[in-house]
Amino acid sequence: MSEPVGRVVIVGAGQAGADAAAALRMAGHEGEIVLIGDEPSLPYARPPLSKAFLAGDADEESLLIRSPSVYEANRITVRAGTAVSRIDRAAREVVLASGERLGYDRLVLATGGAPRRLDIPEFARAANVLTLRTLADAAVLREHLRPGARAVILGAGYVGLEIAAAARARGLEVTVVEVAPRVLARVTSPVVSAFFERIHREEGVEIITGATVEGYEVAEHGDVTGVRLAGGRVLPGDVVLLGVGMVPRTELAAQAGLQVDNGIVVDDRMRTTDPDVFAIGDVSSHPDPRDGGLRRLESVPNASEQARIVASVITGSPRPYDAIPWFWSDQYDLKLQTAGLATAYDDFVVRGDPDDGRLLTVLYLRGHVVIAADTVNRPADFAAARKLIAAGKPVDLDVLRDPEVPLRSLVATVTRGNR
Amino acid sequence: MQTAIDGLVPGIVGECGGEMSCATCHVFVDEDWAGRFAPVSEDEAAMLEATAVEPTEFSRLSCQLPCTLETDGVVVHIPDEQ
Repeated sequence: MSEPVGRVVIVGAGQAGADAAAALRMAGHEGEIVLIGDEPSLPYARPPLSKAFLAGDADEESLLIRSPSVYEANRITVRAGTAVSRIDRAAREVVLASGERLGYDRLVLATGGAPRRLDIPEFARAANVLTLRTLADAAVLREHLRPGARAVILGAGYVGLEIAAAARARGLEVTVVEVAPRVLARVTSPVVSAFFERIHREEGVEIITGATVEGYEVAEHGDVTGVRLAGGRVLPGDVVLLGVGMVPRTELAAQAGLQVDNGIVVDDRMRTTDPDVFAIGDVSSHPDPRDGGLRRLESVPNASEQARIVASVITGSPRPYDAIPWFWSDQYDLKLQTAGLATAYDDFVVRGDPDDGRLLTVLYLRGHVVIAADTVNRPADFAAARKLIAAGKPVDLDVLRDPEVPLRSLVATVTRGNR
Repeated sequence: MQTAIDGLVPGIVGECGGEMSCATCHVFVDEDWAGRFAPVSEDEAAMLEATAVEPTEFSRLSCQLPCTLETDGVVVHIPDEQ
């Protein structure tokens, strides 16, 4: 038996950090747990910020991941509104912005990311060019979503499109500008992109893909009033939202001499190059258990799973990271659920009509093995697809292509005789 | 779901935070209590098809089960897998 671990310090009180604290207690860690976050509030769920919160259907209290009393009951010390300025690995201490030093036996970095800002001089004095990551960001954005106002959203990723949907629901005129030739280009296939473009257009959003932004119109008081495209067209805007991705917050790790490569580099047990320091969640650059190499995932399920892994490792019953990633996005009445990563697929199967209606299932294959799936408003297909992906066995493509045969029935054929 | 999350109950995950997107807060409501909750909505019924363990007539997503005076003391059974 190894010595029980004393104090675990967690830097970052988002989903990953909060879940790591809880998972440590659930895994039997008896020592101190200190959860440090630079935002003023207790850990809250970020996904609703671009959905229910913007729509006005959620308040700050309903966003909390756990009730305030849980932390005290489980001896989790939350230091909210507290910034960490550096890590002193030699002394095994974190140094807070106040100068206070806090010792650790194990350190978990769950620092997440910050929205990518575009380095554009016209934005310097603008109070109406916004990004969305935190509750504070969302509160400001919500104030700007006034009925009749015009929103220009730069970037058609999940966040940009979710905000477009929320803004339409609040009665704004919405234009989405994307430099890539299609929406959601980074995360899904052309067929799913086309589906989402159609839905947004049906909902009254103007979507401009393959766009080149040439400049910005700025009012005397500094606010941006319009986005100028190549060719001269100006999109007037009362609010401009940047949805152009996030940058992992790796500064602390880099300063401490830990390896950084598009995130803080960890092994399959979330260990950084210092075995007493771990990194989890959006910031971790972790081994892809299927395709090899390092990858980084921005999602709640990944944050929660890596939190459970780190707790298992710290408490001495290590479990390697082997989860199939999944994601969801809610836009209008659409519930998009994605399982696996649709990279390097050599074939795909569409079940449903992407040109009509609001139901869709797309399965991505490598060889005859399902490696990923996108489903819209088809949770049963999503569940079946997750099982097909986990099984990793070839499937009968004729059956897969037959919309009359439920996906669920295929699951039995690939899992039978496996165990 | 929130009660289970707050109680650090293993076996109820609730990854989506109650947005009916993940089906990882699946429970079987004890037979004696099943009638005290509002019926399953269309959205919940759809997500109940996505649970890891086969659902039964007593299956619910616990994020859709509010704690009220009427349901105080409710007994639910947790599936083996979420």
